[in-house]
Amino acid sequence: MLKKMMAGAALAGLMAGPLAAQTTDLTIVSWGGAYSNSQNKAYHEPYAAQNAAVKIINDESSSQAVAKLRAMNEAGNITWDVVDVEGPDSQRLCDEGLAMRIDFDDWLAPAPDGATATADFGEALINECFIPQIVFSTTFGYRTDVAAWGGKTPTSVCDVFDLATFPGKRSLERGPKKNLEWALLCDGVAKADLYDVLSTPEGVQRALAKLDTIKPETIWWTAGAETPQRLADGEVVIGSTYNGRLFAVIEEQKQPVAMLWDYQVFDFDGWIIPTGVPEAKMPVIKDYIRFATDTQRLADQAKYISYGPARASSAPLVSTHAELGIEMAQHMPTDPANRGNILVNNIEWWADNQDEVEAVFQAWLAR
Amino acid sequence: MAEITAQAITTQAITAQPPAGPLRAADGAPLKLSLARAQRRGKLRAFALVAPLLLFVALTFIAPIGEMLFRSVENQIVPDNMPRTVAALADWTSETAPLPSDAAFAAVVADFGEMIEARNHTRVGQRLNYEASGFSSLFRKMGREIPRIAGDPRAGLIEADKAWGQTDTWVTLKRFSGNYTPAYFLSAVDLTRTADGAIVQKPENERIYVYLFARTMWISLLITVATLLLGYPIAYLLATLPLRTSNVLMILVLLPFWTSLLVRTSAWIVLLQQQGVINDVLVWLGLVANEARLQMIFNQTGTMIAMTHILLPFMILPLYSVMKTIPPYYVRAAKSLGATNWTAFWRVYFPQSTPGIGAGAILVFILSIGYYITPELVGGTSGVFISNRIAFHITNSLNWGLAAALATLLLALVMILYWLYDRLVGIDNVKLG
Repeated sequence: MLKKMMAGAALAGLMAGPLAAQTTDLTIVSWGGAYSNSQNKAYHEPYAAQNAAVKIINDESSSQAVAKLRAMNEAGNITWDVVDVEGPDSQRLCDEGLAMRIDFDDWLAPAPDGATATADFGEALINECFIPQIVFSTTFGYRTDVAAWGGKTPTSVCDVFDLATFPGKRSLERGPKKNLEWALLCDGVAKADLYDVLSTPEGVQRALAKLDTIKPETIWWTAGAETPQRLADGEVVIGSTYNGRLFAVIEEQKQPVAMLWDYQVFDFDGWIIPTGVPEAKMPVIKDYIRFATDTQRLADQAKYISYGPARASSAPLVSTHAELGIEMAQHMPTDPANRGNILVNNIEWWADNQDEVEAVFQAWLAR
Repeated sequence: MAEITAQAITTQAITAQPPAGPLRAADGAPLKLSLARAQRRGKLRAFALVAPLLLFVALTFIAPIGEMLFRSVENQIVPDNMPRTVAALADWTSETAPLPSDAAFAAVVADFGEMIEARNHTRVGQRLNYEASGFSSLFRKMGREIPRIAGDPRAGLIEADKAWGQTDTWVTLKRFSGNYTPAYFLSAVDLTRTADGAIVQKPENERIYVYLFARTMWISLLITVATLLLGYPIAYLLATLPLRTSNVLMILVLLPFWTSLLVRTSAWIVLLQQQGVINDVLVWLGLVANEARLQMIFNQTGTMIAMTHILLPFMILPLYSVMKTIPPYYVRAAKSLGATNWTAFWRVYFPQSTPGIGAGAILVFILSIGYYITPELVGGTSGVFISNRIAFHITNSLNWGLAAALATLLLALVMILYWLYDRLVGIDNVKLG
């Protein structure tokens, strides 16, 4: 009897052996929260349904992706397969040689009308390592029930700097990027001259002087969830954050908050593949990326979060929110009604000047 | 009886041995030697027992930290990737000629050829960009341009980017051509080098680290004083109340101690923010106008309140364990000899509790000087510490050299304080229990 059981167990072990060897783990790193959820629904679940042999492992470390990838690279032990990062971070990863260079037309599916991936993604392909997924924007939300405003609502980004008409606390990101640009725009610098002005020390000082006017009324954030929370609490009356977060506060939580789309700053978010992932895993990684970035999948993601798909061919397929049933197109940063005035981060300029400007900005903040 | 025998034997030994010869063991070897041998064996055995732990600590703690700290002076990336340029610039200075020789230009082109092959050029560009803005895009651009340079390297480079025709570019390259650099440490104390090599302070609007070090020390000191003032009476109560009551009180001290740091910090945000519980109560009581709610968090006050609360147990517990050992009859004796309550406390009880104060203060101060998460969450801009900048350079700017230099300075600062404390108070006077 005992012998039989042991033989059975051994047999089961033999059978499980090759089966277990066939499943591949795919570690996907992303931002967590509502964003990871949208990727789960639009990419991971349909992919898993088609590929039972691939086991997707979610890791929510994207905010520290650059530092962790560098550490992994130095240790020679890459444990991530696909990593979701913002455009500027992908530039640094590419510069540091930590992200793989991609042959886009080989890796990515063409558009349904046969256009190549390169043509379909267009200007979203900001460097050789970055596979774009979405366009998101950093923009302002404000409370609609502020008594002190006397019925007025902000219509321009410069209203953020107007403490006389719109008194109350502001919430701004704790860093120079975007804030300096907005400050200069509202100090009378033309959009075309922004980075020329910022390239001079006087330009940075001019932007900081403009920010000085609201500094006592400003609370600074580091995580995207902070501004929505403070707006909902009434702790601030106006603040910048990612448009998807504001969508959640306005449409899902029904808070008295509205969007101010003026001079929203466009950014891309997408995948990079770390340099040094095991060669054996490459087919699975390539297969997943091809699936997750095709026209339909990118359009599907917009059912769960209000970020615009990075492919031109996905835009017509954007439909309604999966749970709320509302039309999503009007909530996209790329909607014509919302993109009257936009800014696009000059990634190249920031890659050069971030360290120096950051030091000036932090010294300004600390005092 | 035993004493007497021992004495008798010693006396015998002394009288039996001639006074000049050394003491000998039974086998005839000098006693000192055989004693040392026996002790050495014991020492070896003891060492063998701690060796696994020692090895573990060395491998997992000391070596990685040492490796990290070493980055504060390391600069091998430049000489490793641009060896020809480094050699060609060896005897060039900006005084002899505004631009180096043709050989240096040729060396740059040759080095770039290899760096592009190895895809290292952007990495080297990033390193140099920490010292002078513009190198990042210059090196990235060269990745595209260098393969197109066919003829004269000098003309080709300057045509590709005019930065190669500027003295500053070459001065920076030459300055960071060595294997080691003091630049990170200079940055960490707000110093920089001018084009002619003199060490000067950074422009006023870029100075931040010295200020942050000073602020970290100052707020940590205030927190230490606050925990002492709040913790002393509690520890006294704990030590003097009957066991049943003091046990309940002890749980009240330990419960928050066991609660997650993040939970406690977030709780303070809920309490202290402008639309928070305390402000609501103050407005409801009419003490504060609704429009003028107090700003108690996201600034220095927030950091101080939250950290004082979080670090309080580290003051109370050492104080308590020392006070527990002070016999209550000393104070009673003082009073019976005519001392007032105050004199009895100040002259008799307090001096005996100082070892606990020392231990608590040094523990709280050193912990708070390196605190990171609470200042990050509740400190706003005026309440952040130097550790927050170190974390920023590790995770965001990726300037690990500067982060390592700042961390080394912080470590050195703690060591100096510890040494000073030892000199002033004496570390032997500290009791943790």
